[in-house]
Amino acid sequence: MHELPQQLANGLALGALYGLIAIGYTMVYGIVQLINFAHGEIFMIGGFGALTAYAILPTGTSLLIAIPVMIVGGAICSVAVACAAERFAYRPLRSAPRLAPLITAIGLSIALQQLVWQFYPDAKKAVSFPEFKGAAFKITDSLAIQRADLFVLILAPLCMLALGVFVQKSRSGRAMQATAQDPDTAKLMGINTDRIIVMAFAIGAAFAAVAAVAYGLDKGQINFEMGFILGLKAFTAAVLGGIGNIYGAMVGGVVLGLAEALSIAYIEDIPGMSQLGGGAWSNVWAFVLLIVVLLVRPQGLLGERVADRA
Amino acid sequence: MTALLKVEDLKVAYGKIEAVKGISFEVNEGEIVCLVGTNGAGKTTTLRTLSGLIKPKSGTITFDGQPLAAVPAHKIVSLGLAHSPEGRHIFPRLTIAENLQLGAFLRTDKDGIEQDVQRAYEMFPILGERRKQAAGTLSGGEQQMLAMGRALMSRPKLLMLDEPSMGLSPLMMQKIMATIKELKATGMTILLVEQNAQAALSLSDSAHVMEIGKIVLSGTGRDLLHNEDVRKAYLGED
Repeated sequence: MHELPQQLANGLALGALYGLIAIGYTMVYGIVQLINFAHGEIFMIGGFGALTAYAILPTGTSLLIAIPVMIVGGAICSVAVACAAERFAYRPLRSAPRLAPLITAIGLSIALQQLVWQFYPDAKKAVSFPEFKGAAFKITDSLAIQRADLFVLILAPLCMLALGVFVQKSRSGRAMQATAQDPDTAKLMGINTDRIIVMAFAIGAAFAAVAAVAYGLDKGQINFEMGFILGLKAFTAAVLGGIGNIYGAMVGGVVLGLAEALSIAYIEDIPGMSQLGGGAWSNVWAFVLLIVVLLVRPQGLLGERVADRA
Repeated sequence: MTALLKVEDLKVAYGKIEAVKGISFEVNEGEIVCLVGTNGAGKTTTLRTLSGLIKPKSGTITFDGQPLAAVPAHKIVSLGLAHSPEGRHIFPRLTIAENLQLGAFLRTDKDGIEQDVQRAYEMFPILGERRKQAAGTLSGGEQQMLAMGRALMSRPKLLMLDEPSMGLSPLMMQKIMATIKELKATGMTILLVEQNAQAALSLSDSAHVMEIGKIVLSGTGRDLLHNEDVRKAYLGED
């Protein structure tokens, strides 16, 4: 029997993971109108960076000490790769037709997967990641939260809060908003828009690294392909929430996560749909939700109407 | 007296299309200099080049004794050159107060910035009344006021105004022109681009008529206002 609170908890944790990755898509799109299809691989590289950091630690280090180190290690790797991609792959194409950087992003995505597959030790198949073991937190008889889920459920809102404060209150955040709304005029104000763009890539990559650590702790393994489907889902979440809007990314992630969890649990109970339930179909239902939402609100749940963009 | 801004044989091209074909002019301190001309004459391109948004093909720009051509756009404002762009380009989803603050982005003197914000509100009371409102909700004329106020927030040595009267009601246009006059009275140096030649020429110390990328006529504002060719071409007289 599927208990609703448990399904909601699972969906929330999955959604928070999507939301963390979706931030990277939405920030970059909001500022340079580029769909960075390599962001899934930035996430993946965050995972391998975290694993490398863990490997450097002495064996037997408590996971509570190891996790912060892994997040930092993962973020250093993902941010470095994202900034390099911006500088050497996307910046030269900034005034090229939109399709050029898009194709570049797809190419970069494949190249990054291949590089990790080729050169990371033993990465030709899944590599094991320290698992967040220990008993789940039992809240009621029918609701238990896994440690890894708790990790993402706590960290995702904290990251969001920090990002919200940064964007709304800080000088750089204000400059970021100005650059997103009108890059040329932002330059006239004295804003170094190139630096703001790098910052957007870097923040997105750091959030992706946090997501990658959460993912690894949950699954107990990572692999070079893991960024593909998760990246696609996170991109879907960003569009669902309204691409360009940071809060929309998290809202879209949570809605998508809940929809998947509920579809896995309940669709097969609907008479006549027993074939269409379960994990295999949850991706389909996620995209059905996306299409339905976009039919009603083309700008996404929290998106601005495109006509507002001056 | 050396000019605050000196443009020599400036050429600007978009790909193979040359939009500005070798123009020269000067702006002296305390003057209003006006570029008039029809759409496509190259006036906006000239201002965007001065601001570093477009790189010139050739020619020199000297501002306050310093060559500008190699200075990136985001460093121009710190030299004392502020630009209120054509079409106003306020940041629509930021508040009026935030827009003004961005005009002072590179300044660090908090008290001075606050003073200048208050001065902008005195100059344009409607901005003060709506300071917490998103700038995109303002009318065209109010947005123009905000764009001018924002440009002034950097305490520029030279203020460039691109088509400040575009799309405004006659009343609002008068208000904007009166503000430009007030600014001149405070000693501000202004480079003005206008299609509304009548109003602009009557304010200007000197003026240049541009046609398809070239300056075809120069003189004092008063001279050009009474020039027969100008009257025919731009003031709608037969």
